[in-house]
Amino acid sequence: MDDTRIRFGDVPWGAVIRVGLIGAAVAIFLCLVGIVPVFHTRPLIKDVISLGQTSVVLALLATGLVTARTADMRGTLSVLPGAVAGAIAGAGLTALVILGEVINVRAVFLNASPLLYGILTFGSGIAGSWIAIVIGAVLGAAGSVGARLPTSSRRPLTTFVLTLLMGGLFAGILRTAMLSTPLAGLGRLLFAPLGLTIVGAIVAVIAFVGASELFHYTRVRDRVNGMAPAQQRLVTWPLLAIAAFAVLMLPHALGPFVAQVIALVALYVLMGLGLNITLGLAGLLDLGFVAFFAVGAYTVALLTGTSEFGIADWPFWAAIPFAVLFAMVFGAILGLPILGIRGDYLAIATLGFGEIIRILAGSDLLSPWLGGPHGILNVPKPIAVQPTHFLAGPNQIYYIAIACAVLIAFVAWRLRGSRIGRAWLSIREDEDVAEALGVNLVQTKILAYVLGAGFAGLGGGIFASLVGSIFSSSIQLFVSINVVAIVVVGGMGSIPGAVLGALFLIGVPELFREFSEYRFLFYGAALILMMLYRPEGLMPTRFAAREVHLESQELGADTVVAAPTEST
Amino acid sequence: MYARVMERITDVAIAGVLWGFRIAVVLLVVVGSALTLGGGRHSAESWLSLIVSGAVLGSIYALIALGYTMVYGILRLINFAHGEIFMAGTFGGYFVATALSGIGFLNLNPITSIISVVLMMAGAIVVSVTLALLVERIAYRPLRNAPRLVPLISAIGASFFLQYTFRGFFGPGIYAYPTVGILDAQVPLGIEGFRVKWIDVLVIVSAVVMMAGLFLFVQRTKLGTSIRAVSEDKATAALMGIDVNRAIVMTFAIGAAMAGAAGVLYGLIFRQVYFFTGFVPGIKAFTAAVLGGIGNIPGAMLGGIFLGQVEGVGPTLFLSGLGVPSPNQLRDVIAFTMLVLVLIFRPSGILGERVAQRA
Amino acid sequence: MRNTLRWSAVLTGMLLVLAACQPASSGSPGQSTAESASAAASVDAAAVCAADEAGCVEIPSGEPLHIVFWGVLSGADSTLGEDSKRGVEIAIDDINNTLLGHDIQFSTEDGLCTPEGGNTAAQKLAADTTIAGLIGPSCTDESLGGMQTLYDAGMTTISSSATRAGLTVPDRPAEYAAFLRTAHSDYFQGRMVAEYLYNELGLKKLATVHDGSGYAKALAEVARTHFEELGGTITTGGDQAIAKTDTDMSAVLTAIAADPPDAIFFPVFIAGAGYLTDQAKDTPGLEDALLMSADGTFSPDYIKAAGPAALGHLISSPDTSKFAAGYQDFLAKHKAKYGGDPLSIFHAHAYDAATLVFAALEKVALTDADGTTFIPRTAYREALYASKDVEGLTGPLNCNASGDCGAPILAVYKVTAREVGPPVVWPPEAPIWAPEPDFYTK
Repeated sequence: MDDTRIRFGDVPWGAVIRVGLIGAAVAIFLCLVGIVPVFHTRPLIKDVISLGQTSVVLALLATGLVTARTADMRGTLSVLPGAVAGAIAGAGLTALVILGEVINVRAVFLNASPLLYGILTFGSGIAGSWIAIVIGAVLGAAGSVGARLPTSSRRPLTTFVLTLLMGGLFAGILRTAMLSTPLAGLGRLLFAPLGLTIVGAIVAVIAFVGASELFHYTRVRDRVNGMAPAQQRLVTWPLLAIAAFAVLMLPHALGPFVAQVIALVALYVLMGLGLNITLGLAGLLDLGFVAFFAVGAYTVALLTGTSEFGIADWPFWAAIPFAVLFAMVFGAILGLPILGIRGDYLAIATLGFGEIIRILAGSDLLSPWLGGPHGILNVPKPIAVQPTHFLAGPNQIYYIAIACAVLIAFVAWRLRGSRIGRAWLSIREDEDVAEALGVNLVQTKILAYVLGAGFAGLGGGIFASLVGSIFSSSIQLFVSINVVAIVVVGGMGSIPGAVLGALFLIGVPELFREFSEYRFLFYGAALILMMLYRPEGLMPTRFAAREVHLESQELGADTVVAAPTEST
Repeated sequence: MYARVMERITDVAIAGVLWGFRIAVVLLVVVGSALTLGGGRHSAESWLSLIVSGAVLGSIYALIALGYTMVYGILRLINFAHGEIFMAGTFGGYFVATALSGIGFLNLNPITSIISVVLMMAGAIVVSVTLALLVERIAYRPLRNAPRLVPLISAIGASFFLQYTFRGFFGPGIYAYPTVGILDAQVPLGIEGFRVKWIDVLVIVSAVVMMAGLFLFVQRTKLGTSIRAVSEDKATAALMGIDVNRAIVMTFAIGAAMAGAAGVLYGLIFRQVYFFTGFVPGIKAFTAAVLGGIGNIPGAMLGGIFLGQVEGVGPTLFLSGLGVPSPNQLRDVIAFTMLVLVLIFRPSGILGERVAQRA
Repeated sequence: MRNTLRWSAVLTGMLLVLAACQPASSGSPGQSTAESASAAASVDAAAVCAADEAGCVEIPSGEPLHIVFWGVLSGADSTLGEDSKRGVEIAIDDINNTLLGHDIQFSTEDGLCTPEGGNTAAQKLAADTTIAGLIGPSCTDESLGGMQTLYDAGMTTISSSATRAGLTVPDRPAEYAAFLRTAHSDYFQGRMVAEYLYNELGLKKLATVHDGSGYAKALAEVARTHFEELGGTITTGGDQAIAKTDTDMSAVLTAIAADPPDAIFFPVFIAGAGYLTDQAKDTPGLEDALLMSADGTFSPDYIKAAGPAALGHLISSPDTSKFAAGYQDFLAKHKAKYGGDPLSIFHAHAYDAATLVFAALEKVALTDADGTTFIPRTAYREALYASKDVEGLTGPLNCNASGDCGAPILAVYKVTAREVGPPVVWPPEAPIWAPEPDFYTK
């Protein structure tokens, strides 16, 4: 079969055209939303390709790839469907350029500017509008070839693309970190101020593709898996020790900005673990986490602050237990009236509490005590050191947050197996059955809620100390949403999941601050994609993963919940 | 024995806090209102104005709330992106309006004005429905059988994505609807100190008409019946030969159409639209849906009107008498406190049945 | 080629090892380059850098000179930051993208108009040793959050739109040495509003509305206090607040109308001001009240937002008619580059901030034999503070010891039929009133 020449008519043209049109829509979207023109000033590889161009290239490649998967043809003509779909996608861009020439698209879409048309036609004006079609066809064909390659050659290609992308994106951060070290010269050689240099691109590709191939061909993973458990431990423990060491050294290796970002990540890990008890174990959807965060933050600010709002001038270490305590008391007071409410009604009620606290914190009513929008300034750091000390600034917060996160992880882990932990799980599964089995619903729920609140208060207290101030504008619904997203994206009830979730949802957007508003666009897209392709989370607990897969197998043939099985 | 006693004590303590909360809120409301009304700072006419503006706001909330409540009823999904569907509607209406205003059709005479408003609605509905169906197809349909939180996170993602897509398309600036002359005019009521504009009348009337129409549609037509059947029980409905997919898609389309229409009404009253326009009304409308009893269409109307009144009249009535500084800053505090209060007394909303076990 | 590869591989390996154990370098960058970049660095530059407390920024020959704007670039207030960013971009265009023989690399950092946004942004800026000049932030809150970090890093920033009075008072905390501004202080703006309403118009009763933002709350307070000092009264319920996201203002307006004031001053942002203006005209009792807003609304977007009701509205703002002649030129360039009018009022201040940065950089920069440029950080800060009679779009720029660089030239504008349109025309031709010059020295 494989050798027979396919005929023109055998190609499923309808599907090919559909994929091509979707590709065109995506490419036009990238242009109009501003990614192409705005990111054109941001090189991926200096003087070779910009990020804006990369986005279009990737869209066209993907068009070819998807076409090849849809129209599974073999033989000499096999690149044809991909090329046609790519050409259709490219033609979409051509149409955009021509349309822009005829009518003033910019009156509606701000990004349909001459700059954009210049990028799409390589500066040659309307006469060059056909270029997009040719490039589309070439990239579409390339994409469909990529889809058909055997795994052995596709893997290095994938690594190649990923390396360039990651290298180009992180180049600025790496370069900045290297410039203040003796590696400054190397940093300048490999990385341009934005994006990789050509040398850097070559080095990165060789290093990473080489390493991944080496890793693959030496069959490291198989060998480790094939070892006896005792031997495995010999391999894994040193690795864990190295990883732990790296985590502790991270802020020193990468400088104060990365330290600040990972301190923030650690803070969210801590809160994610807290919510994991409320949501992951007891199944209570709490969209008002920020309320307790605020209580903790304001408690620490009031008790330790040296500004006119400070009331006690205590050290951080004395204030933080009170932050946790007050948050728990608040949790109990707010929780009691509403915990009789079930399901999504509870979610909206907690969301309401979050909003109430947010508004009150910034209101004229409480501003004599909380500073309103002008906030409470001069919240001291826990450990007073010189700016050059290794614990200065965000570094100490990072260590404190990590220590607290480890503590919470331990508590959560111990709780899960305990009597109360099993009671929570039973409530999560079915409240009525749990009640019938003798679980006291309100008490059990309130315990979960109050524990979660305490951890949020801890996070808030550390936050106030990290930023050195607390303002009403920091108390946002977005904080609550972020914490819930971390728990779900990481994997419900999973401790390493919360770490990964926070890294991904807090760390990455913080690192890419220079993309300003587009960060949120990517954040949204990432949440959707993550849920589509890994609904059980990045690092699910074994139990949760089985649940997701069983449910989707049982319930619907039409679900596309096709998470890779090796992950479980 | 000891454990039993402790349990008893905590039970009593819990009940005490619960009742304490209820009594405190009711007391605050009663005392605050009495002081305000006793103070006599505001005339009857200004109270009337507040009620009208509350009703206008409430009507818009109610129209948006329908989308939340119907989708929740059928999928048990909090469709976080619905506020953005509404925002898309305001933009759709805006571009039609500026086009019509640009050729001088909008304010040519009363008839063209009315035609223009209808065209704006049509434009808004097309945009909203298209977007809602895309979101449903891409972000929700593949997750229909996943655990409940998964589509919720996907919905939150869709909400961010749409907001910042519109920011990318149209920039961060404010777009303002052109004024429609006849709607901006006063209704000649002849009461000194009390004014109603035609636009207020239009909003309230069209909201009521649309909701009544929707109610009849859901109750009387075959498609409406199939939607109700699917929200009762998907599997059984499928066995009865109902096209579940079609019913769900229709639900999204209807909800989005209502939101799109609400978008135009919103634009005509408040004029300003920008990429963030949908966020707050979205949350409020969801609150309204919960207030009324989520999944329940008359409940959404009731919840919307109730929330509108609480926001319009509440701060002045409850707080200004107590001497609270800047009471209007706290309107959302009142709105959400009322929500919690309603949920404490009626855990499934004003008109909701006890079906929340599904959670 | 093979040698190069081997060499790169070895270096990459070293990089990985060193990245893991490299302690945060605290030594002055001037010394580290001496070994890696050029042994031939002129003694002169090395000595200056060693003597400078905060060390030098160094830009090897062929590398770009890095200028950063930081401010609010996402979220609801992003027009403010976007407007300033454009001002800086045009300033860079105007020096043909080159300074001191280097191309300019311009980048931005989002501060979100919040203190922790400012804090994180400042951390990132402080870690970037390539930054030569810093312009921003947009908001006072960002300044408060980021100041300590920038100060510790020896950096200096110059803001075009953070206007809170406390930022540039003579007795400000030490770390505020890192902060200068071309924007005016709200101390003057609030007082000017009060003087105009009380002295010029002879109004006796004032009400204010703020939106819970630090900017609006502080500015409204200055205006109220000074109005009372002059002899006026604040009406009962005349200190009101809205939420930033509110759209229905009828309740707050009704509350004000219960004791009708002669004027309402609402120094809020564009959206809120639009709603207030539009809905006040329909509120019984407020028909005759003068409505006034502040510089945050000096934008064509405000006119669009308020609609026909904007007619006769008063805005306190920097006096564009007293801007230098180059301002018209600037507007033309803006139109060509961005396809529209400026989004807010602080683009010219941002342009001027950039001008000051360029001038100070040129003053202190040292270049050695290799063409490497050195910018001693402390000397640069001192040079900024010492800026005298620099030609700016907003007028001559003179920085004083507490960080104010622009002369506050404020005025009151009245929106006329010309601006309301349609189409909306912006900016207004001339202010209707400006305080006497001695107002700023009183």
